Amino acid sequence: MTSYLLRGVSVLGAESRDLAIVDGLISDKAPADAEIIDAAGLVALPGLVDLHTHLREPGREDAETVETGSRSAALGGYTAVFAMANTSPVADTAGVVEQVWRLGREAGLVDVQPIGAVTVGLAGKQLAELGAMATSAANVRIFSDDGHCVADPRLMRRALEYVKAFDGIIAQHAEEPRLTEGAQMHEGEVSTRLGLTGWPAVAEEAIIARDVLLAEHVGSRLHICHVSTAGSVEVLRQAKARGVRVTAEVTPHHLLLTDELAASYDPVYKVNPPLRTAADVEALRAALVEGVIDIVATDHAPHATEDKECEWAYARPGMVGLETALPVVLSVLGERWDLIAERMSRTPARIAGLTGHGTDLAVGQPANLTLVDPSARRVVDPSELASRSRNTPYAGTTLPGRIVATFLRGEPTVLDGKAVK
Amino acid sequence: MIKHLRSAADLDAPTATLILDTAGEMAALAGREVKKLPTLRGRTVVNLFYEDSTRTRISFEAAAKRLSADVINFSAKGSSVSKGESLKDTALTLQAMGADAVVIRHPASGAPHRLAAWVDGSVVNAGDGTHEHPTQALLDAYTMRSRLGRIDGLKVAIVGDVLHSRVARSNVLLLTTLGAQVTLVGPPTLIPVDIAAALSPATKVSYDLDSVLPDMDVVMMLRVQTERMQDSFFPSAREYSRRYGLDLARMRKLPEHAIVMHPGPMNRGMEITPEVADSSRSTIVEQVANGVSARMAVLYLLLGGKA
Repeated sequence: MTSYLLRGVSVLGAESRDLAIVDGLISDKAPADAEIIDAAGLVALPGLVDLHTHLREPGREDAETVETGSRSAALGGYTAVFAMANTSPVADTAGVVEQVWRLGREAGLVDVQPIGAVTVGLAGKQLAELGAMATSAANVRIFSDDGHCVADPRLMRRALEYVKAFDGIIAQHAEEPRLTEGAQMHEGEVSTRLGLTGWPAVAEEAIIARDVLLAEHVGSRLHICHVSTAGSVEVLRQAKARGVRVTAEVTPHHLLLTDELAASYDPVYKVNPPLRTAADVEALRAALVEGVIDIVATDHAPHATEDKECEWAYARPGMVGLETALPVVLSVLGERWDLIAERMSRTPARIAGLTGHGTDLAVGQPANLTLVDPSARRVVDPSELASRSRNTPYAGTTLPGRIVATFLRGEPTVLDGKAVK
Repeated sequence: MIKHLRSAADLDAPTATLILDTAGEMAALAGREVKKLPTLRGRTVVNLFYEDSTRTRISFEAAAKRLSADVINFSAKGSSVSKGESLKDTALTLQAMGADAVVIRHPASGAPHRLAAWVDGSVVNAGDGTHEHPTQALLDAYTMRSRLGRIDGLKVAIVGDVLHSRVARSNVLLLTTLGAQVTLVGPPTLIPVDIAAALSPATKVSYDLDSVLPDMDVVMMLRVQTERMQDSFFPSAREYSRRYGLDLARMRKLPEHAIVMHPGPMNRGMEITPEVADSSRSTIVEQVANGVSARMAVLYLLLGGKA
């Protein structure tokens, strides 16, 4: 196994020093034959961990595969991603989650951890075999019907209770379906002007409020996917103050973009939950800094061109995000490296119970890390993305930071800003 | 002149006034024995209709033909569209055929905006989803001006299902641009959120039709689909018409000069009673005739005719 010496690297913005990688671990001393990487001016972060990725395989390999999504993740600085269950077939059995897990191992670019569906076929009727997925080779701990809300309160209660047996966690897509029938974008001034059916903030907030109470009642862990409104932040703040075991994520796009972008009717801006108002964006940023929102998760959602190059109402919701997540967060939070490591690596790994990731770059720890050039600026060009899909909302936008290298257990997956394989 | 008419917001006051003035000249033509101008000879206007709308389609067709344009009617039923062709591919086909203008009616809000990105010709919105119907607003404004002599300073009530109405959105935008004061009236469930901020800060909202009527110069009734009952926007057709329908008793509350409008098709007995619809204050039939003149003016000006 090749050893590496990262010369002059700044770990989390600290004074630059040399960092050695030997036998897949961080070391204080490099052997004489170590490959030297000039890391002057680069910042080292623990490898990023994404709790919310859509890899589309099996079923929509035209939009993304485990391999192309893994490459996209590595180029974004990630060393682990959690693959959502809304594939075709749905990841609701041990067989499907093991298939996804195995495809991830074969690609070998990031650790791909499958998320299991909460209910059979994401239909919200009957619990999937959560225990079988937990004890499978994929070792599933996060369960989610993402894309759909577990709307039935009794079913949600049972799911929360049931996964306690193996320290699982339910990740809820908070969307009261009766309040969002036909919804196309955030309900407000812009939806009224554009004549698009509104997705009211309360449809998210009502489910979060209900579910923190359910989690409190049964003493279970709850994770809230893609929080998008200021009102949700307040519900979470109160729940956390009471000691409810709830964690929450926000996407990079909800930290940067607003519903005004829908005025173009270009479905590249259509996403679920929808882009909200500038006031929501402000509240989400503050909550992320404060820790009311625990992590950033991408909700990387690749879609084939024909599913976006059409009328707004007919387009699928979602945006790709793995390759732009860290630059967006850098533009929002600035160079607060320890905070970024906390929100994008350590805490997501801790929520998921994922060992070997999100650890400090200390001697003896697995060398899962990424090197970032914070001084670089990049204009996002959709054709340059490694993802198989092109639906980025940042085309033509200049973002700070360039991911120069990523290491997974001491093996480079990205070098000189290019995927190694 | 603007290139596309996708929204009434595309029109500033001088442009809108120019269109209305031109519509007046076009209307004069209708009195002649030969109702045809050679202006758009050799130009191609495509009517691209993804929704059945006989009245709007024949209005545009008559308008284009009176200007001597070649008209192609492309309806979604029985065409490549019903075989799953995308809007983009249809647009590229029309582009290849050399369409100078595409008149589009579509169930999805914003479809004309998407279309305009894919064709070189002018795009005219003939109604998109629950968004806008700008030529309807133009013909309504033309009708008001013909009947009442002005638009600036008029008080106009738009009554009914504003939430789902493309006619209402376009009318609020255009009438406000031309100096009218618009009040939207309906049950709170059918008035969209933040409507004043969305369209025009001067827009007023009322839930009480009776209190609004005595002050109005124009009352425009919107079609209310009885299916909205299923979605609990209101309890029953009977309760709706009792609270928001225009009957003779309510019409008498209007000032004597005030007119009653409806974009059609009407639900007689629901939002308007037959006695009101057929009264001398009603402009409903006039609106249809004015529709041809207003659409002639739009096509004429968008395709480079000189006023």
